[in-house]
Amino acid sequence: MEFLESILVTPFIEIWESPYYFIELVLVGLSTGVLYSLVALGFVLIFKASGMFNFAQGAMVLFAALTLVGLMEHGLPLWAALILSVATMVGLAFLVERFMLRHLVNQEGLILFMATIGLNFILEGTGQLMWGSDVKRLEIGIPDQPFDILGGKVLLNTFDVTAAFIGALLVITLAVFFQKTPMGRALRAVADDHQAALSVGIPLKTIWIAVWTIAGIVALVAGIVWGAKSGVQFSLSLIALKALPVLILGGFTSVPGAIVGGLIIGVGEKVAEGFWGPALGGAIENWFAYMLALAFLVFRPQGLFGEKIIERV
Amino acid sequence: MFYREAGQFKTTYQDDQAVFPVLQDKAAVFLLILVAYAVPFVADEYWLQAIFIQFLVFALMAIGLNILMGYAGQVSLGTGAFAAVGAYACYKLTTNIEGMNIIVAILLSGGCAAAVGVVFGLPSLRIKGFYLAVATLAAQFFILWLFNKVGWFYNDNPSGTITAPPRELFGVLITGPSASPEARYIVCLTFLIVFAWFAKNLVRGRIGRNWMAIRDMDIAAEIIGIRPLQTKLLAFAISSFYCGVAGALMIFCWLGSAETEAFDLVNVSFRVLFMIIIGGLGSIGGSIMGAAFIILVPIFLTNFPPMVGLDISTALQKHLEEIIFGVMIVFFLIVEPEGFARLWQILREKLRKWPFPY
Repeated sequence: MEFLESILVTPFIEIWESPYYFIELVLVGLSTGVLYSLVALGFVLIFKASGMFNFAQGAMVLFAALTLVGLMEHGLPLWAALILSVATMVGLAFLVERFMLRHLVNQEGLILFMATIGLNFILEGTGQLMWGSDVKRLEIGIPDQPFDILGGKVLLNTFDVTAAFIGALLVITLAVFFQKTPMGRALRAVADDHQAALSVGIPLKTIWIAVWTIAGIVALVAGIVWGAKSGVQFSLSLIALKALPVLILGGFTSVPGAIVGGLIIGVGEKVAEGFWGPALGGAIENWFAYMLALAFLVFRPQGLFGEKIIERV
Repeated sequence: MFYREAGQFKTTYQDDQAVFPVLQDKAAVFLLILVAYAVPFVADEYWLQAIFIQFLVFALMAIGLNILMGYAGQVSLGTGAFAAVGAYACYKLTTNIEGMNIIVAILLSGGCAAAVGVVFGLPSLRIKGFYLAVATLAAQFFILWLFNKVGWFYNDNPSGTITAPPRELFGVLITGPSASPEARYIVCLTFLIVFAWFAKNLVRGRIGRNWMAIRDMDIAAEIIGIRPLQTKLLAFAISSFYCGVAGALMIFCWLGSAETEAFDLVNVSFRVLFMIIIGGLGSIGGSIMGAAFIILVPIFLTNFPPMVGLDISTALQKHLEEIIFGVMIVFFLIVEPEGFARLWQILREKLRKWPFPY
């Protein structure tokens, strides 16, 4: 009884009594959510274009961030390191297309998924082999000062705001790219129907390379933001696991879904940890997102914005 | 030539429906089992402890997952969690109930895992494919968190680990730190053989055919009168039962003591997934071959450089291992996406004619 009360009643009373703490948690959650969305975006892009559930996205984040930090440690200025990192991700996209995707055309989704887990191992190993596995600091000059809003009752961080801003910028860029450029249109065509796209003359291989490049650049951005926040280290690749509930919540095939899903998960996680965590013994962040997504899926199996699943016999 | 089944006439239906209708298969399997039982007489303790027992435990788990994924078509990434349920249930049962037979305890803990599996299998009715895979991750994270947080599960011992108490079977110590590796090996082997045989019979009977119908197209299966709810949940229950038994064996016969980390996503769930993909989805023998491959490759990679006299640092070696393992996975998936089971079929066809052209 006492336990039920501590879960079902007390947290709500606490929320009522300390609304500013609640608002602060929501804002922190939103800023974390943006970061989750960044990782989830990479997943969605590749899934849309090639039907591949790319588990290696987390490893790509780690790999990109490690490359950037490693290059900067060798004395390169930020802009040069950035260009080289982007070039590396483009190279990676080429290699993946040449040695993996091309041979796995027409395989089942599950096989593709396993292949990306293999790629995950390769990237984790290579990244750490080249640049070492200790925690690295990434200094790119994002200001990190706390400041007050709402008359000093809620504390915010310039870093979180900047991260949210970067995320928003990336999303807008992607949206414009997808809607307005010829390449974006080709990508959407491939996402809709491979064969139809091929028959009107869209080169599938180029599209794959383009998609993996974009996913690589998204990974680089995510890696920079996460890395600047908590240092570049092996655990970066584990944020892929954080992005999965975001994906199923938002729907695998929807870019806005990834964004909204990320925000919901981010907020839900922080609020749950803040108000329900103490009653449950803490550290519930790890599974809360999954439970939230699971509960959600039971009512809407295709996710928030996913395409309606139509089954035929 | 070796596989000519010409001349092996079946005179009864019973003969015709035997598990191994071909004489050579039957002989090979019996021989293999005999050899497996003879292994403790030749292998040293390191081999038994580090390789063979581990292989048996994981093979059992792979059969469990293959029932769920290969036959019933429900993707699951929660294997580690179900194994953990088995392990912790077995620990609670043996430490709290004095004098309980260890075999009974292990089977009961499999039952606990089955119950948990059914609960987490419930969403499978609405969710399919990758959505379901991610949903089963909820089981993985939630259950491990629960076992970490709630002291009751590990009897509130301060280190947070569970340790297998010493238990005897027929007067021979088979669990706990002082049990001989030979005894533990024999126990695991017996479990694997019995359970593999049971699984083989299960999947070729009515239940197995229902599972396959659900896997191939669940709407069509429903239309021809297979109940999706019962069939899917039964698959989850039996698969989790296997995983639970394997988890109990993992603690009691292999590791001796462990924390929840032993059951984490990458170490258990993904590994078992690799085993059945590389072994072949929808094949009991494939699961066993896949388990052997995935267990042996890292051990081989670790021992190979010293064997040829290469001296490289541990960190470098660890990363190289990771890369090579990844490359092998991708390579294997490209070359033979249907796994060892398919390779074995091809080989069998070849052996049938060899050395003649037809």
